[in-house]
Amino acid sequence: MEREALTINPAKTCQPIGAMYAALGIHGCLPHSHGSQGCCSYHRSTLTRHYKEPVMAATSSFTEGASVFGGQANLVTAIDNIFTVYEPDIIAVHSTCLSETIGDDLQQIATKAKDDGKVPEGKYVIYAPTPSFVGSHVTGYGNMVQAMAEQFAVSTGETLDQVNIAAGWMEPSDMREIKRIAKEMEVTVRMFPDTSDVLDAPQTGKHVFYPKGGITIPELKSTGDSKFTVALGCFSGEPGGVALEKKCKVPFQTEDLPIGLRATDRCLMTLSKAAGVKIPQSITDERGRLLDVMTDMEQYFSGKKVALFGDPDHLIPLTEFLIDLNMKPVHIVSGTPGKRFEQRMKAILEDTVPEANVKNGPQADMFLLHQWIKNEPVDLLIGNTYGKYIARDEDIPFVRFGFPIVDRIGHSYFPSVGYMGGLRLVEKILGVLMDRQDRDAPEESFELVM
Amino acid sequence: MEKIEILEGRQRQVFEKQEGQGALDIACETTSLSGSVSQRACVFCGSRVVLYPVADALHIVHGPIGCAAYTWDIRGAVSSGPELHRMSFSTDLKEMDVIYGGEKKLYKSLIELIDQYQPKAAFIYSTCIIGLIGDDIDAVCKKVAQEKGIPVLPVHSEGFKGTKKDGYKAACDALMKVVGTGSTEGIGKYSINILGEFNLAGEAWIIKRYYEEMGIEVVATMTGDGRVDDIRRSHGASLNIVQCSGSMVKLAKEMESKYGIPYLRVSYFGIEDMSKALYDVAKHFSDRPEIMDAAKALVKREVSSLYPELQKFRKELEGKKAAIYVGGAFKAFSLIKALGSVGMSVVLAGSQTGNKDDYEGLREMCDEGTVIVDDSNPVELSKFVLEKEADLLIGGVKERPIAYKLGIGFCDHNHERKIPLAGFEGMYNFIKEVYNSVMSPVWQFAPRKGGLS
Repeated sequence: MEREALTINPAKTCQPIGAMYAALGIHGCLPHSHGSQGCCSYHRSTLTRHYKEPVMAATSSFTEGASVFGGQANLVTAIDNIFTVYEPDIIAVHSTCLSETIGDDLQQIATKAKDDGKVPEGKYVIYAPTPSFVGSHVTGYGNMVQAMAEQFAVSTGETLDQVNIAAGWMEPSDMREIKRIAKEMEVTVRMFPDTSDVLDAPQTGKHVFYPKGGITIPELKSTGDSKFTVALGCFSGEPGGVALEKKCKVPFQTEDLPIGLRATDRCLMTLSKAAGVKIPQSITDERGRLLDVMTDMEQYFSGKKVALFGDPDHLIPLTEFLIDLNMKPVHIVSGTPGKRFEQRMKAILEDTVPEANVKNGPQADMFLLHQWIKNEPVDLLIGNTYGKYIARDEDIPFVRFGFPIVDRIGHSYFPSVGYMGGLRLVEKILGVLMDRQDRDAPEESFELVM
Repeated sequence: MEKIEILEGRQRQVFEKQEGQGALDIACETTSLSGSVSQRACVFCGSRVVLYPVADALHIVHGPIGCAAYTWDIRGAVSSGPELHRMSFSTDLKEMDVIYGGEKKLYKSLIELIDQYQPKAAFIYSTCIIGLIGDDIDAVCKKVAQEKGIPVLPVHSEGFKGTKKDGYKAACDALMKVVGTGSTEGIGKYSINILGEFNLAGEAWIIKRYYEEMGIEVVATMTGDGRVDDIRRSHGASLNIVQCSGSMVKLAKEMESKYGIPYLRVSYFGIEDMSKALYDVAKHFSDRPEIMDAAKALVKREVSSLYPELQKFRKELEGKKAAIYVGGAFKAFSLIKALGSVGMSVVLAGSQTGNKDDYEGLREMCDEGTVIVDDSNPVELSKFVLEKEADLLIGGVKERPIAYKLGIGFCDHNHERKIPLAGFEGMYNFIKEVYNSVMSPVWQFAPRKGGLS
């Protein structure tokens, strides 16, 4: 089907949900959606379906009047109400297509709220523009990460023995894992955002608005005095690194999310260099275990064709990892626009799978991916829950990875980053491939030992 | 326990039933307070949930990608045939479209999609910014309808133009343009349309089966397992029966005034209301007593097999307390009765979109001390669940994890129900689900219960 205009079965969603997710990674923060009530409701529902956790966020509840006269009054009232009743430390406001089109200026409104005395002493309002008609949910996440750095980081002139991690879009489990690795390396890191202990909160018999996790305000402020920033993910984490360099002259380097062997190597090398520490034996052993499994099971990966879809920062290192496993990523789709995706993918694929289909941005959607798969079938599909239609239609083994995953659990609790995360990915991939081999094996070659 | 406050300005939306209290002066049907963590959605959401089950129509969301992405196949409205409604189509508007308008893109998208899928009709949903950039979607729809020879219907569902209820109205307006465009030939006198039933988990099939067993012809279900051709000829039915008070009464009223078709309001949840829904229809067709005979036989058969089953659950559930927070208040009535039939009381009853009469009705049905809320939020829900020591929360997707965090049972009576809860078999399923959740051993581990921590 030739298409010029429309998107069928999208491989992305809109900016505000990314900003909302990122904002939940600040301790005591209530995300605020400056737009119609539906936006906030949809984002909360989607995040709730993905995390099986209550997700708190407020909305300006736009009405017809607000959209004619501007949403300033709504937002100022909202800020006042929120601090009075929900008592957050921070309100992180993001815009929507509606408020952007009207031309509401979040910075100006936030300043007015402060001038009017609606922001109590020691409390904060931060803001990120997230027009839904630009980029994708990944862009919105990046914009909120940037806002955190820009609006909190302070340079006191002192340099602290700590390294910032401007965390790209990862699961709470992944953020927890990166903190564990840093601790193992004896590096003090300031990671923002940090959704661990927020969206994987334990059952306590209570419903709390502000779970214990998230980077705190003093920690966020101190990022301006850190000696280095490692930004993870050029789409979702880098804006934080750039902002810190600009505002506080903290040097930064962008690395891929540490998904797979080589991306984890690079990430940890950069971190160790920045912090001036050596990689400890315990981490080297983890690497060894991942490599051991990759070699032990090499025959089961070899030559298998893979289709994958999702967000650029996930797909770039994942594709590299699949190639290192001797698999063939043949179809790759991301709804998120951006030239750097094409460039990176080209570099990763050109030696081994130059014929791979890669598309991102407009019309890079699940419909296109399905067409590609019909033309050239694959042995494995990797992506978020929306892949299940294709997996079922085409009878393809399917590994859930990315956002959103609304039909399985595990992503909140078990990391996909680092060497241990790589091990989990390998296990998941092997699991579906070998289940398939068992299912399809003729009686005589149905094997006990694999 | 630490005191949890009610948002100032919401105090007229939260009441506790007390002795000697007059009619409630509840401030409902208002927009939510800015800054409230409301559980409500928007106009678009209302239109989308009502129309989306029409399975052989094209549903295209005109706007940036989010609105289409978040409503992609989330409702579990089952179709017995075509499944075009389960795909997500969006004009995916970009910055340039916002500046120069999205009409051309919409036109092209429609042509491409109609050529590809040959739908029986197309619904075009306006989202927030369409209302601002001034796309004339009516004109585009008209043009495409002429070129392609199918109904192409604008749905004026700009998110900010009211509440979810206004979205229901916009959906009814669109449906009303389809009604009356088909031939009514062959439709008999004893015929009905089923309105406000969305076939979640196959519920419409159960209801349809009951009525057919009574000798009644079902012309169209709107919109569960819906077909455009059925809707086109639905004005040939003798009676409309309407569930889900908020969403479809408007359509029933318009069909009444335009085609002289009377309507009845019904509910299919619980023994009492389900039976009444069958009897009321039988009464309407009193000139054919066989219908009432069949209804009585059906109810007798179903209840006699269901009742003993419920008694088994009742033993354990008697005295347990439930909190109910649902979209429309009409459903809350049925749930209170259904829970009552196994000895459970309701300590909180609320809805997102109820009106004054609804809340007065709730007040009359409930025991003293029951909290009645309009457009509630997580703070209030948690507060009352804890204060009133509820054992169960009935709600939707955003309420589920709150219940679980508090360590009480939960039942989804909204889009994410996985088994039919309507009809007599649905009543069994419902009580079984309530039983399984409330009686689960997991709650004993919740630290709040002081048990095994």
